[in-house]
Amino acid sequence: MPFSSILFIDSADLDAAADAPEPAFFHDLNLDRLIESVTRGREQYNLKPLFYARLTSLAAIAYRHDVLRDLGQQELVDNLRVFAKAMQSMRDNLGRAQKLHYRRQKERWRLDAVGTYCRGVAGLLQALNEAMLESRGFLDLRDYLTHYTSSSGFTSMFEDTQGVQDGVSRIAYCLHIKGNRIKVSRYDGEPDYSRDVQDTFRRFRQRPTRSSRASFSTSDSMDHVEAGILDIVARLYPETFSALDRHCERYPRFADDTIIRFDREIQFYLAYLEFVARASSTGLLFCYPKVSADDKKVRACETFDIALADKLSSEPVSVVTNDFSLEGPERILVVSGPNQGGKTTLARTFGQLHYLASIGCLVPGREARLLLCDELFTHFEREENLGDLTGKLQDELVRTHDILERATSSSVIIINEIFTSATLRDALVLGTEVIERLIRLDALCVCVTFVDELASLGPATVSVVSTVDPADPAVRTYKLVRKPADGLAYAAAIAEKYGLTYERLKDRVRS
Amino acid sequence: MRAQLMHRERDFDMEDPLPPNADALIQDLDLTTLFAAMAAGDNFLLDVAKHAVLGSLTDGDDIRYRQDVLRDCIRNPSVVKEIYAITVQAIETERQIYRSVFFRSPNAILRRGVDAMQALLGMLARLRRVADEQLERFCSEGFIELFGTLGKEVDDTFFVAAEDHLTRLGFRDGVLISARLDVGNKGAGYILRRPLDTRRGLVARLSDLVSDPFTLRISDRDESGARTLADLRERGIDLVADALEQSVDHVLGFFNVLRSEVGFYVGCLNLHARMAERSVPTCFPVPAARGETKLSAKCLYDTCLALRMDDRVTSNDIAADRKLLVVITGANQGGKSTTLRSLGLAQLMMQCGMFVSAEALTANVCDRLFTHFKREEDATMESGKLDEELSRMSDIAAQLTPNSILLCNESFAATNEREGSEIARQVLRALIEAGVKVYFVTHLFDLADGLYRERLSEALFLRAGRQADGRRTFRMVEGEPLPTSFGEDLYKQVFTHSFLPDR
Repeated sequence: MPFSSILFIDSADLDAAADAPEPAFFHDLNLDRLIESVTRGREQYNLKPLFYARLTSLAAIAYRHDVLRDLGQQELVDNLRVFAKAMQSMRDNLGRAQKLHYRRQKERWRLDAVGTYCRGVAGLLQALNEAMLESRGFLDLRDYLTHYTSSSGFTSMFEDTQGVQDGVSRIAYCLHIKGNRIKVSRYDGEPDYSRDVQDTFRRFRQRPTRSSRASFSTSDSMDHVEAGILDIVARLYPETFSALDRHCERYPRFADDTIIRFDREIQFYLAYLEFVARASSTGLLFCYPKVSADDKKVRACETFDIALADKLSSEPVSVVTNDFSLEGPERILVVSGPNQGGKTTLARTFGQLHYLASIGCLVPGREARLLLCDELFTHFEREENLGDLTGKLQDELVRTHDILERATSSSVIIINEIFTSATLRDALVLGTEVIERLIRLDALCVCVTFVDELASLGPATVSVVSTVDPADPAVRTYKLVRKPADGLAYAAAIAEKYGLTYERLKDRVRS
Repeated sequence: MRAQLMHRERDFDMEDPLPPNADALIQDLDLTTLFAAMAAGDNFLLDVAKHAVLGSLTDGDDIRYRQDVLRDCIRNPSVVKEIYAITVQAIETERQIYRSVFFRSPNAILRRGVDAMQALLGMLARLRRVADEQLERFCSEGFIELFGTLGKEVDDTFFVAAEDHLTRLGFRDGVLISARLDVGNKGAGYILRRPLDTRRGLVARLSDLVSDPFTLRISDRDESGARTLADLRERGIDLVADALEQSVDHVLGFFNVLRSEVGFYVGCLNLHARMAERSVPTCFPVPAARGETKLSAKCLYDTCLALRMDDRVTSNDIAADRKLLVVITGANQGGKSTTLRSLGLAQLMMQCGMFVSAEALTANVCDRLFTHFKREEDATMESGKLDEELSRMSDIAAQLTPNSILLCNESFAATNEREGSEIARQVLRALIEAGVKVYFVTHLFDLADGLYRERLSEALFLRAGRQADGRRTFRMVEGEPLPTSFGEDLYKQVFTHSFLPDR
């Protein structure tokens, strides 16, 4: 199959990505911030829709993994940046050609745009030839470029362009300014007078002196004097300038659509890899997840909240990593424990990993096995205050119901702090109801709750608890471990610290 | 072009950093008094003195090189002062030529450069004349090199070429600029060109023709065109304006270097005159090689004390060849610190190429000189005092090399005698074994006595002399440490003059 895209193998996926909207779960999982951060500085490529569109087949994910593996070669990445820069510069040149007024200026910018394009494409092919490529994406691209660059259309355009560029760059002329007249002539080897002056006084030189050249305004455009000078220069070098005229007529459309698409799509990978490199520099690990379409035994080691890691990267705190796993019949992680202990973070992490896996990216962690889900659902507490609690509970129930209606057994569902506005009794009853429905649905789920009982509703549920430092219960470790939910453990520890446990208090009262 | 009066191979650079312990040296050796005497009211000379004295030479040949130059200066003080005056005037004159900070257009820079260069050429000519006229009277390598360089580099050919440039830079025939086409076919890379002589007349004639198809004429009413024209001209002369400005800086740089180098010797002359007024002896010391461990002095005295006091200052003869440790003990107010300072001053003065305050002195050159003096002002916090002392000693230790000299004045006295002695013993043993020369003034009898009993061949023990009636001689004599420091005597002396009956 001929090369068409470095990101997609299914044309359906490709089409879906064209105008993909931001997924509903993005905000809850802080993925909106993540993608903002990942794509920062690349706004011109409009990469966000590419991140919004999840892949629907394992083959499509493998296609991206393979491309990413090839991109492990730093030299290749560097060369791709050079290519991107060339394409950028080509667009800039064309933009200027469009904007400017004088014909000889427009022609020159266009000439340089074509030259930049040709060199960029040739350089890209050379980079691909030098790289050790194994991915189908890059190999197909290489074949495509090999064919394209050896076509007579491209080769003659390239040679022609270089010829004209050489001619223009060799032009040197002199201006003799006296009074209000400028005489223009060919440069004839007149010596550099500044050198003469320097040579005379160099003998006094003690050390390098600071050069303070004046700064002149630089503008792309020309006024009538400059244009007048340029016209005389054109008369002094007539062959060169008529070649320039001809060049512009000959190549009205020169850029190849597939190459232009590649220029945008490769930025998806470069942006993400740059982000990964930044995060990795603080010691965090990323891995290629094993993605399955039906195996619900998911796990991840030393994983972390990627958006939180990005936010903390500018602060002197390190990110705590966690493990999670669902084995055998287990489907639901029920997370409880002290507040501010990383419960929500773990829930987000679970969702983020499944999202990142579905767009064929590296995921946070030493290793990961994940499900290619058909949809991701999140239920987070709404920030807006609905005033009366009944309204809020109702809203929660409506949203939960909506999720349960739409979710399938291949979905991933993240529920954060369900029914906090209800009484404990109500929360227990409603929570149990919801969890039992989730169990019947057989979907993968993370449920953060303050209701301990929800953690032990059968073999499908796994209890995970946020922990504190045993030496100082006020210190959160942000480590979450598999163990039975026990809200009293933390209370006991904090009481001990303040000497208010039964024995301590008895002792103290006695003495 | 270099002045070559301070170093054979390089310029005297006042930008060179002072040694990290400069402030301690200034404070402990009372160098401010020395610098002030050298400066004689000239702030620039004060700075020069500071950098020269603290920026010690470490090679005997380099020291002798300056000594020779200084001998020339002492023989011809008025010539040296005239050279200094020319450099000062050159620098002042240039500085007074208006330099706009805000309008840095090439044209303004160029015009200012022409004026400045014109002024500097005049000063160069004066310098040349002095060199030509006085050459015969100087015999040091440094001055011969300087005058030779002036004769060779600032010759008549140079003056002719320089004047020619200043004339051309008036641009009476217009400005000739080359350019190439940059991106978007905009002109770029403007370089001022010297017209080829054969075409000069032709170009001028052709450009007079209004109908010349290769000439663009800006009409009088075309203001924006005139601005572009002016802008092109500015771009054209930008490089040459910069080149001329840098050239001015080069010439000025030479005057600056010459000013600081001659300035050092003017400072030496000032000090020399002060010493002569006081009729105290000075001599050129004999620098012995590094690592030779030499010190012998005849009538060594404290330069700064002599500058500050009207009374006669006491001098000492010291014979400490092959001694790495000189322990000075004895009565309070007996001249121990003064002796210590005189040793430090002599070392610094020798190593900057100056004369020293003695009738004769031979000493080996050291890598670095350090002082570790008791700091009176730190007496407030008893507990922090030893910390402070040890921390200073640790800073010094971080910089010490085997060929360094350390002057200690009552070190480790911030704690009790036993502790202080023990610390000092360990420090001294380590330093001496490493080959560091230590002059150690101390009250720590336990320490001094212990060292004396070890009969170390590389140790010398000096004691502040005292006559039988308790009066100080302020002279150091060789001798074993005595158990008391005669504080009692001092007490008596002070109180005798007030109310206590002399028993």
